[in-house]
Amino acid sequence: MSIRVGEAASAPDFPVAAKKLVSNAQIRQNVRRATDVIRNKRARVVAEVDDWEQLRDAGHEIKEHVLRHLDFYLQQFEAACTRAGGVVHWASDADEANRIIVDLVRAQEATEVIKVKTMTSDEISLNRALQAAGVTPYETDLADLIVQLGEDQPSHIVVPALHRNRMEIRRIFSEKMNLPDLGYRPEDLTEAARAYLREKFLRVPVAISGANFAIAETGAICVVESEGNARMCLSLPRVLITLVGIEKIIPKFRDLEVFLQLLPRSATGERMNPYNSIWTGVSPAGGPREFHVVLLDNGRTNVLADDIARETLDCIRCGACLNACPVYRQTGGHAYGSVYAGPIGAILTPQLQAMQHSQSLPYASSLCGACYDVCPVKINIPEILVHLRGRVVEENHAPLIEKLAMKAAAFVLETPERLSLAQKAARIAQLPFTRDGVIRHLPGMLAGWTSIRDLAPIPKQSFREWWAKRQKEPRL
Amino acid sequence: MPGPRVGLFATCLTDTFFPSTGRAVVRLLERLGCQVDFPMDQTCCGQMHYNTGYQAEAMPLMRHFLEVFRDDETICIPSSSCVAMIRDHYPKMAAVSVDPAVSRAVEKLLPRIFEFSELLVDKLGVTDVGAFFPHSVTLHPSCHSLRSLHLGDKPERLLKQVRGLSLIDLPEAGECCGFGGTFAIKNVEVSAAMLSDKLRCVLGTCAEICTAADNSCLMHIAGALSRQRTGIRCLHLAEILASTEAGEVS
Repeated sequence: MSIRVGEAASAPDFPVAAKKLVSNAQIRQNVRRATDVIRNKRARVVAEVDDWEQLRDAGHEIKEHVLRHLDFYLQQFEAACTRAGGVVHWASDADEANRIIVDLVRAQEATEVIKVKTMTSDEISLNRALQAAGVTPYETDLADLIVQLGEDQPSHIVVPALHRNRMEIRRIFSEKMNLPDLGYRPEDLTEAARAYLREKFLRVPVAISGANFAIAETGAICVVESEGNARMCLSLPRVLITLVGIEKIIPKFRDLEVFLQLLPRSATGERMNPYNSIWTGVSPAGGPREFHVVLLDNGRTNVLADDIARETLDCIRCGACLNACPVYRQTGGHAYGSVYAGPIGAILTPQLQAMQHSQSLPYASSLCGACYDVCPVKINIPEILVHLRGRVVEENHAPLIEKLAMKAAAFVLETPERLSLAQKAARIAQLPFTRDGVIRHLPGMLAGWTSIRDLAPIPKQSFREWWAKRQKEPRL
Repeated sequence: MPGPRVGLFATCLTDTFFPSTGRAVVRLLERLGCQVDFPMDQTCCGQMHYNTGYQAEAMPLMRHFLEVFRDDETICIPSSSCVAMIRDHYPKMAAVSVDPAVSRAVEKLLPRIFEFSELLVDKLGVTDVGAFFPHSVTLHPSCHSLRSLHLGDKPERLLKQVRGLSLIDLPEAGECCGFGGTFAIKNVEVSAAMLSDKLRCVLGTCAEICTAADNSCLMHIAGALSRQRTGIRCLHLAEILASTEAGEVS
């Protein structure tokens, strides 16, 4: 098995990557501005929906139901999709999925493919596999195009170029599209992208898409978007290949009623996406003549096996938790070392890799709970973060010094006598570090505290000492 | 008629670093007619261990807590995050313990637990506690107060009744201050960035004092206020509410 989440297995630990990003004023400004805009829009349109909480419950329940019966629904999907003229492929990991897709492209003797809206293809590093096979992939989602031309990594699951501002995008387009006189107004940039992409839509014979939902009952796929570029990819080329994580299944067409309310409002703060494409197999009336679905596991069954963390797979990739997260808002997505950033990435990435890599991610959160509050399918992300921290410790991936400190603290806190003794000892131990009533430097692990903050020394009398003394005094 | 008996769980942090908060809780509750008891065997709720992934180490701390507070009818805790630990995680820990006695004890414990402002507003039914505190104050409504305990405006309602006090709204109040327990050390750079946002908002209010229902957040915020020589101090909600014309509680 070669389960892979992009380059996450070799990415630096979160604190190391975050340190760099936190000192990048431009990225912080870009991320702050963009997430502010989406957050505010989301809050406005969510407040309009009277039964938002019931919708969240419904979304959660549908997804939980699917996960309990995933085998059944996947087979139902396969049967329905096949009946409608689609071809279903099963990929257990990234390599297998890449092999299937490369073979399908080769069978068309194509040297180019157009791609749209598939973070999952970044998860399996599909572009690299295509290029190695002599196939040039063109990203057609505007943000993905910016990332691709900028030789960059996505930093957000809905808005992958969120860390870039307009002037940076202008520079990338101007260089890579050879447009020295390109303007900097939004319409100049979209016009340039349009001209660049339109020609590819008309020429390239194979398209690769992702999916927002795969409907078991009918074998249909649903993709929502804002630009219409996905619609082009889904309808113009001769062959369409759709890469779908197995958790994207929903039972029935009518379940879209719930998800097409939850998703656009949570993701982009829109009541409805401008383009909602739903197609079933192939049709003689138009569209691709060949349609392939690649169902990808790549570690998802690892997640399924964990009772507490399983609901990670409820995720509909709206990105609301990223926009709400105070940690993500300081660093942007690159600190997470994975195509899946933010709170959902912090729980999904390590789990897909069976907790063998990315062990710093479950700690990349202050557990403030903002992610859980906005999650449209009520994934209890803070609870799962804590649960995964437990697995990190249990599977012996925690730093030794931390383990020793925690064991020592647990020993002290087990009895009041030990706690009392430790309080007295700490009062003495702090003396050499206390100057003018403040501690500004501490050694060892505690230096992390004093590197940015002062510490008021422990007062002469603990509360329990005060209480004990008071109990002995005669009371009026 | 004697007032209700209240068992105080001071929390290990307040016991050690902020005894003045504990004293303020005692003085205020006694002023309101309560009979306060501090069970001397208490230590820690286990939050730090549990949240850092040391759930096995948190288990004996929970068992100890259940034993110490077995008989107290009403338990007051001046820390939202410790209350959240007990309410959100003790039931799950009890399930993991596979010990029916522990599950029963947790079930019996939860309705008796009150965060400090919950105790005042919900249990004792007071918002005017007769406090006097002639300072400008801004309130940091900590994450656990907001999103776990759903304290709502209880702390504000209490502060608004304090004579002499001018309460200044904190912009972006719901944002985390960046403490997050061991997060403050394990992810010190991001913690610092979050803290600098919080500080910008606190300084913008020009308040003399920043208060909260959690000494843990305040320890973190005060640490930076001190490092940057801002001259602004942090004070737990209880210490403001316990203050009278005679001054702050000593």
